[in-house]
Amino acid sequence: MKKILAIALSALLAVSMAACSDSGAPAEGSGESSPSGATQLSGKVSTNGSTSMEKVIGALSEAFMQQNGSVDVTYDPTGSGSGITAAKEGTADIGLSSRALKDEETADLEGTTVALDGIAIIVNKANGVKDLSLEQISKIATGEISNWKDVGGADAPIVMIGREAGSGTRDGFESITGTSEKCVYAQELTATGAVIAAVESNENAIGYASLSSVKDSVNMVTVDGVTPSEATVLDGTYKVQRPFVMVTKKGETLRPEVQAFIDFALDPANAEIIAGAGAVSVAK
Amino acid sequence: MNTIFFLCGMTAILSVVVITLYMVLSGLPAIREIGLADFLFGKVWKSTAKDPQFGILPFILTSLYGTGGAILLGVPVGLLTAVFLSKVAPRRVANVVRPAVELLAGIPSVVYGLIGMIVLVPAVAKTFRLANGTSLFAAILVLAIMILPSIISVSETALNAVPPEYEEASLALGATKIETIFKVSIPAARSGIAAGVVLGVGRAIGEAMAVMMVAGNVANMPELFKSVTFLTTAVSKEMSYASGLQRQALFSIALVLFLFIMVINVILGCILKKKGGDK
Repeated sequence: MKKILAIALSALLAVSMAACSDSGAPAEGSGESSPSGATQLSGKVSTNGSTSMEKVIGALSEAFMQQNGSVDVTYDPTGSGSGITAAKEGTADIGLSSRALKDEETADLEGTTVALDGIAIIVNKANGVKDLSLEQISKIATGEISNWKDVGGADAPIVMIGREAGSGTRDGFESITGTSEKCVYAQELTATGAVIAAVESNENAIGYASLSSVKDSVNMVTVDGVTPSEATVLDGTYKVQRPFVMVTKKGETLRPEVQAFIDFALDPANAEIIAGAGAVSVAK
Repeated sequence: MNTIFFLCGMTAILSVVVITLYMVLSGLPAIREIGLADFLFGKVWKSTAKDPQFGILPFILTSLYGTGGAILLGVPVGLLTAVFLSKVAPRRVANVVRPAVELLAGIPSVVYGLIGMIVLVPAVAKTFRLANGTSLFAAILVLAIMILPSIISVSETALNAVPPEYEEASLALGATKIETIFKVSIPAARSGIAAGVVLGVGRAIGEAMAVMMVAGNVANMPELFKSVTFLTTAVSKEMSYASGLQRQALFSIALVLFLFIMVINVILGCILKKKGGDK
């Protein structure tokens, strides 16, 4: 009996290993036949900046390096400000900023928006509140409004649920609503899914989550009357959003591999990669 | 063959040495930069603010209160269960309860957390009419159940090891069975029971996953019905995005936690040594 089991297990192992090597082969093949592989790119693309863009850049660079085996894309999570400085001083090929460039910065820097980050404001299904203004949202976040009746709901305390310090979504929410460092949370959870689950199970809860990850289990409130969706994020009417910008130096010809990486991010064919990382692609 | 035994033994020792060295080396820089007093006794933790503040007193106190609460609830229940298994229960009943206790020890902490999050937290909110159930109280309840197995199994072993002559003598002198248990058996087994309690403390203070799912993780000073952060969860919740001084400070928190566990281990060692001395 033991022998048979051993044989069966080793056979299973052999099959699974064969399956692995099988699936490996076509991936390499597709890399060679891809259009960008026509001229072999090589070298290093260094990116530096916004921690919120970690997922998007991670997904993009992984797919990019798979297609261009000899290019190495690096990412240094330092924050938008440092990213812009790095691009200006030339210490990084691409600076990453999760806010639009200011006027004085555009003088010698070029910003290319590669994606938009829409943040949905979510409440429990049983909550009667359907619409909030941006101002109401920020007052709720800071604890200035602490009862749902003040925003047209039932007489019940508001339970603010957010993400942990350092999270990109939290940084995005707080910077858009102007509540950086002032938010008073009842819960700080470490994943988007956890926030949604917590809002789902608490009638008095309000939370925020990346637009792409919100499903039917909770209600998304309209902000100033605008329903959050990919379309309203793209046309700019939905306000709780921010751009993901790749910053480069103005008037300088980029090295081919750097240019290729930016083009890769803007390529409509790669929109799904960006969507998979929780943002809205601007590629048309 | 002897070399193999030696090498295996070295693996464990090497791991402990490497981990200790690493914890100390990576934990000290942030403490030096923040200042030991500000770090240990600061009441505000704002690691990502423009002027970051790294005070971990809320985490330390939460961990102490949380563990204390769990012991307060878990020890009486655990000890009485051990007495039940060792002295009172009919063999058949004991044979059902004992595997159940062992199973309790084998349940992964994330399962405790999940059930805590979905069942316990809403129940706490409902019972105490709170808007939000994630709290120190919910964490204490989860921890109390998690430490039961170590208390029960160690205490039971200690109670079983009490020489039957002690109990027989007590019974012969006219004491009832209950009097014998509380005045003879438990005092005779006290160092073993203490070892079980200390093991429970170790498990409670080091638990991260289950606690993270029910405690709410806000860096408040501990209050029974408020969201709180433990030393363990303070590290794990911010680790994924941390950089620079924030990251170093997380290592420093881990170092503090490490020292706590060390102290607990030393206490445990002393208890066990004393127990050996008694015999």
